[in-house]
Amino acid sequence: MSRTVETEFPTVDMMLNMGPQHPSTHGVFRIVVTVDGERIVDCEPYIGYLHRGVEKLCENYGYRQVIPLFDRLDYLSAFNSEHTLVMAVEKLMGIQVPERAEYVRVALNELNRIASHFLFYGTFGMEAGALTPFLYGFIARERIQQIFEAVGGGRLTHNFMRVGGIKYDVPADFKERVLELLPYLEQGLSDCVNLLSENEIFLARTRGISPMSAEDAIDFGLSGPVLRASGVAVDLRRYDPYSIYDRFEFEIPVGANGDTYDRYVIRVEEVNQSLRIIRQALEQMPDGPTIGNAPRVIRPPAGEVYVRTECPRGDFGVYLVSKGGPMPYRLKIRAPSFCNLMALRQMLQGTYVADSVMILGSLDIVLGEVDR
Amino acid sequence: MTDSDRVLLPRMRTPEEIQPLVAGCLRGLEFEAKPAFGELVVTIPAASAVEACRRLKSDPDLRFDYLRCLSGVDLGEGLEVVYHLFSVSKRHKMALKAAVAKDDPRLASVVGVWKGADWHEREAAEMFGIDFEGHPHLKTLLLIDGFEGHPLLKSFTIGGIPSDEEEANVKNG
Repeated sequence: MSRTVETEFPTVDMMLNMGPQHPSTHGVFRIVVTVDGERIVDCEPYIGYLHRGVEKLCENYGYRQVIPLFDRLDYLSAFNSEHTLVMAVEKLMGIQVPERAEYVRVALNELNRIASHFLFYGTFGMEAGALTPFLYGFIARERIQQIFEAVGGGRLTHNFMRVGGIKYDVPADFKERVLELLPYLEQGLSDCVNLLSENEIFLARTRGISPMSAEDAIDFGLSGPVLRASGVAVDLRRYDPYSIYDRFEFEIPVGANGDTYDRYVIRVEEVNQSLRIIRQALEQMPDGPTIGNAPRVIRPPAGEVYVRTECPRGDFGVYLVSKGGPMPYRLKIRAPSFCNLMALRQMLQGTYVADSVMILGSLDIVLGEVDR
Repeated sequence: MTDSDRVLLPRMRTPEEIQPLVAGCLRGLEFEAKPAFGELVVTIPAASAVEACRRLKSDPDLRFDYLRCLSGVDLGEGLEVVYHLFSVSKRHKMALKAAVAKDDPRLASVVGVWKGADWHEREAAEMFGIDFEGHPHLKTLLLIDGFEGHPLLKSFTIGGIPSDEEEANVKNG
């Protein structure tokens, strides 16, 4: 006589709260995870802890006063965000930016991208349990920060871009200093790659984890390295060119699987491409004025414009509506982290709790721009 | 792998080039189209917004598969929801505007068309008080629970600063 053993036990899903003060959320971000054992069944992200009402503030500030607010959105790539804003105003007013200012902007943007990606590298390593990459990433980033300090005085919030150009010319030794720094950064990157990219444990933690298909990535409106990891070769510097990016030769790293590893490796490869762009920009950089003929009081004509640039985190968009006044009538900020974070819910479903931190880390969000 | 081993990018199409295509796609709907700042801007009534979005996404010549941005705007006399669209496969862009009445701010949700509209609509809902009908999860996103009012409406003032532009102009000289 045989006896069947009941293997299916009725289980109850457990709700698990993570954040808002959790070290791996890179800010104040809360997520409530429903788990079935070790598997994540569903999750619900809560944002807004850092909401400062930037869009409302913009409507009450003059255009010059808005620039520092943009530093405080994505504070890890402040030059890029500022650049987007001034480009929108310039487009609306039809202001021509001097050549030198354009080259300085590109050099600073790309340096900022590298600094941001080094920070990502450091924190991402830490999320996998490796502490050393954090230090390596920060050593390289610190050298870039020193250049930023020499250029604008600030380390994170620069307030350096101006409508029509840049605040003032870069120091006389800017070119030499950056050229000196580039081989150091190359070395720094290869050290980083050697330390983490082939690491057995790291590969086990990232390969094949939470893959995102190209169709889903496009449908969710993902952008930046997260989109390109899924195999969609959309980099706005090439795909929807702005500023003077059409003058440089560079490649766009594209992933094949869209998994957590691809999202990491795309950023590492992007640092190499940014180094290439900086080198070309410094070679071609002409002398000359650094600010165009922008009026003293900035009063764009009535109209509206949507400008977007490729920030380290993705497609940063500014929708500017002007009614001809000295303040923006409406300024909508399309933050790449905000849109990338939207996909987290789907990305986490079906994964292990332990991987959730890695997956969130691979999105490389900055809560300053998620919450605005 | 990089993009260098891919085929050449499709050429970026100008607003003038896609204008007849959009007109063909939206045939039968009431709309108005004009290019501005390198972008085709199409205005449609709120009632046909979702239908237009669905058609623009599925049209084989247009394929607006990527929602760049969804913004609410308070125009004073009425509200407006602006969809900034982009086609990753065809490489062109446009803006679609839907006028929403202020006394009855309702608009059908486009989450069914682009998943990426989710949080954008939740944000517009709390900031402007627009009810996105059919949105699966329309609750507060950035604001704290129980926040009163809709901050991005022009009638909402902060710290005594007049948000009315005329008054502010006087204040700033």
